[in-house]
Amino acid sequence: MTAAAKLPVSLAANPRLSSWVRFAADGEVTLSPGKVEIGQGIVTALAQIAADELDVDIARVKMVRASTSASPNEGVTSGSLSIQHSGRAIRQACAEIRQLFLTAASDRLGVDPAALAISDGTISGPGNVRTSYWELADEVSLDRDATPLAAPKSVTQRALAGHSVQRVDIPDKVFAHPRFIHDTALPGMLHGRVLRPDISRAKLADLKEDGARAVPGLVAIVRDGSFSGVVCETERSADTALGALRKGATWSEGEALPDENDLAAFLKAQPVESTVIDTRTATKAGAKARTVRRQYTRPYIAHASIAPSCAMAQWSGDRVRVWTHSQGVYLLRADLALVLKLPADNITVEHMEGAGCYGHNAADDVALDAVLLARAAGGRPVRVQWSRADEMTHTPFGAAMAIEIEADLDAQNEIVGWRHSIWSNGHAARPGRASQPALLAAFELEQPFPRMISANPPQANGGGGDRNSIPLYDFPSWTIESHRLLTMPVRTSALRTLGAQGNVFAIESFLDEIAIERGEDPVAFRLRHLTDERAKDVIRAAARRANWKPAPKSGIGHGIGFARYKNTGAYCAVVAEIEGEEDIRVRKLWVAVDVGEAINPDGVTNQIEGGAIQATSWVLKERVRFDTARITSNSWTEYPILRFSEVPAVEVDVIQRPEADPVGAGEAAHGPVTAAIANAVFDCLGVRVRNLPITRDSLIAAMELS
Amino acid sequence: MSTTRFRLNGVATEIDADPDRVLLDILRGQLGLIGPHFGCGAGECGACHVIVGDHAVTACDTPLWSVADKEVITLEGLGSLERPHPLQRAFIAEQAMQCGYCVPGIMMSAAALLKQNPKPSETEVRHALDRNLCRCGSHNRIVRAVLRAAGELADDLASP
Repeated sequence: MTAAAKLPVSLAANPRLSSWVRFAADGEVTLSPGKVEIGQGIVTALAQIAADELDVDIARVKMVRASTSASPNEGVTSGSLSIQHSGRAIRQACAEIRQLFLTAASDRLGVDPAALAISDGTISGPGNVRTSYWELADEVSLDRDATPLAAPKSVTQRALAGHSVQRVDIPDKVFAHPRFIHDTALPGMLHGRVLRPDISRAKLADLKEDGARAVPGLVAIVRDGSFSGVVCETERSADTALGALRKGATWSEGEALPDENDLAAFLKAQPVESTVIDTRTATKAGAKARTVRRQYTRPYIAHASIAPSCAMAQWSGDRVRVWTHSQGVYLLRADLALVLKLPADNITVEHMEGAGCYGHNAADDVALDAVLLARAAGGRPVRVQWSRADEMTHTPFGAAMAIEIEADLDAQNEIVGWRHSIWSNGHAARPGRASQPALLAAFELEQPFPRMISANPPQANGGGGDRNSIPLYDFPSWTIESHRLLTMPVRTSALRTLGAQGNVFAIESFLDEIAIERGEDPVAFRLRHLTDERAKDVIRAAARRANWKPAPKSGIGHGIGFARYKNTGAYCAVVAEIEGEEDIRVRKLWVAVDVGEAINPDGVTNQIEGGAIQATSWVLKERVRFDTARITSNSWTEYPILRFSEVPAVEVDVIQRPEADPVGAGEAAHGPVTAAIANAVFDCLGVRVRNLPITRDSLIAAMELS
Repeated sequence: MSTTRFRLNGVATEIDADPDRVLLDILRGQLGLIGPHFGCGAGECGACHVIVGDHAVTACDTPLWSVADKEVITLEGLGSLERPHPLQRAFIAEQAMQCGYCVPGIMMSAAALLKQNPKPSETEVRHALDRNLCRCGSHNRIVRAVLRAAGELADDLASP
């Protein structure tokens, strides 16, 4: 085995130690991960890992925001992989750095390295000899490549990782100190707005500019094909000028949208690329007595970030600097280079925090908008912020899905065969991964780039529409097939969990149905079909917390859902308690989760609580609305989400496994919560809702079917 | 153009601007504050909540003229690192956010609630925050933080 093969992936890709860690003269440690803060608390967890390995107080660790000018390239902050990627890289890099400094200290102090101890960065040995990282910083060059030779601390040696610490970003956020890109003003900054049509993919046929030109404070009107916008001295004048520009715009017809009330028919009628995701063949075929088929759907779901997307850009000659809340600064830069036809080196992309994005929203789109508008700003920086309506209608959505499962049952209703088919657009059209850009404005230019059709990551990377479609249960045979649409009238890309929410909903709903038909307890049924003890443990833990199964009570129902995210990540089981008559109210969710080593247990709990509540919102409320011409869910009124008075109590049980590799928590709960609620609805009302969201309408439709 | 006078975070403030302009634009624009956030511009999400008099209002659809001669408080006026408001301490103690973009508006709703009702029940807290949206799902932590702050305020009042 080569040395490089044993390094964590992010460190193998960015082996220079100094690109991760530096010791500043004033007693600080600067840590420079390639992953970015999106409200998930990652910078805190990474600071914990570094402080632990280096033996410094966490307060000394200063986190550097990701930038293409200096940071390691860690791709995109997504897929609940930041702890796996950045965390492991930082742990390994810091372990080696610690060794290098101990060796240098040993030379300087004349003490065997084994006799040295490090306490808050001070390295000391017998006879009261001491030095520190900072004293030695000039002697120890970190401009060297990492090796896999240094051994990180063992579980018992870690003082910080595995313990809850307060997040480093929260004080700024409660004291109104600038942290968000939205709250940042650059010297001489102008404000831009982009004009986009209500009608889906309409082209700009004519643009009368007189009205906008008359607005005081207007600096420039930019038009390139169907892309147009204004640059103004103030945000207010930009809004006014945009309104005037809108009045002067004539749009061509757009492209028809599907029937929002029959998404399954639409999805199944499109040209597709079909892939067999997995098959299992029984060693001994069971005797099939009958086949049961069920179809499940989920709608398009909006990321619906609480902040409209925002970016700033500033040109200097043929170089441009971009400030963005993108999840991947290098990937965004690659797409900007394609659109601008410039070498990537001419473009610097820096991360600044935005609001939670929950996947690929408009963060990258607005960055290109800012870059295009800033070209007309004479070297001044331009800040562009989308409107609420654009944020709700022009961002990529989580893809709608139709999922069909057929189960072959033997005479005892045991599962002897299982076929799972998915029809869906691809779940990923992120920037920086193709020879064409994925950015909205690129499709609108006079010389447009082709609209990117979303693809699916391979199963080895967790899959896309097929994520979590392979059962974790020991069915004797199965075929899993994914049909990815080759048309894309509604723009889709990564939304938290990709296809996992839909697939887990389908599998866990169907299992529940079969268990109940057998007269078997759904928890016992699942445990009987699982061999992985960690999977069983989360199910048992959630069931125990919920006193499974509580005595039947009129108007109250309980249901369970389970998944291991991506089949390789966090284990999560959920029991839902709902109250239902005409409307469904989720009262309580008991969640058990196993993320291996939980670096910041409170951070894990926070992510799981948030995921559980967001999933409840998806299940009970959310559905992107459209007519044949336009996305109509363009406001919070048209796209309601769960409110404080509707939020369930959430109890989280984190099963600590300090010896197991840490995995992410951000997406573990969505699928299990969805299934648990649906199963609780059946428990309460005797109705199987197979089309999300579970609303009064879908309940009535399901009752009529049954 | 005319002049509107109001007290902003305890300081007498004069603004020369069209009195029909929205308060949020004045606060974030001319006055350079960042506590109130823009979220929707339609009074639907609460990210821009500020306290006017005793009530939390959506600054994004409140006209400037309506705050004339009134007391306006933003997150900047609630407390500081050196002298934190109990809500600020409680939000840190409960780690009551994920991204935190909605938090300034929520803290102003909560501060208005505690002004009017220093000992709210959990249901009253949820009701008071119902006009504020949080997309990350931090609701329960936020409710706990508000109840913790209320408890702290009660202790302060009880102690001599």
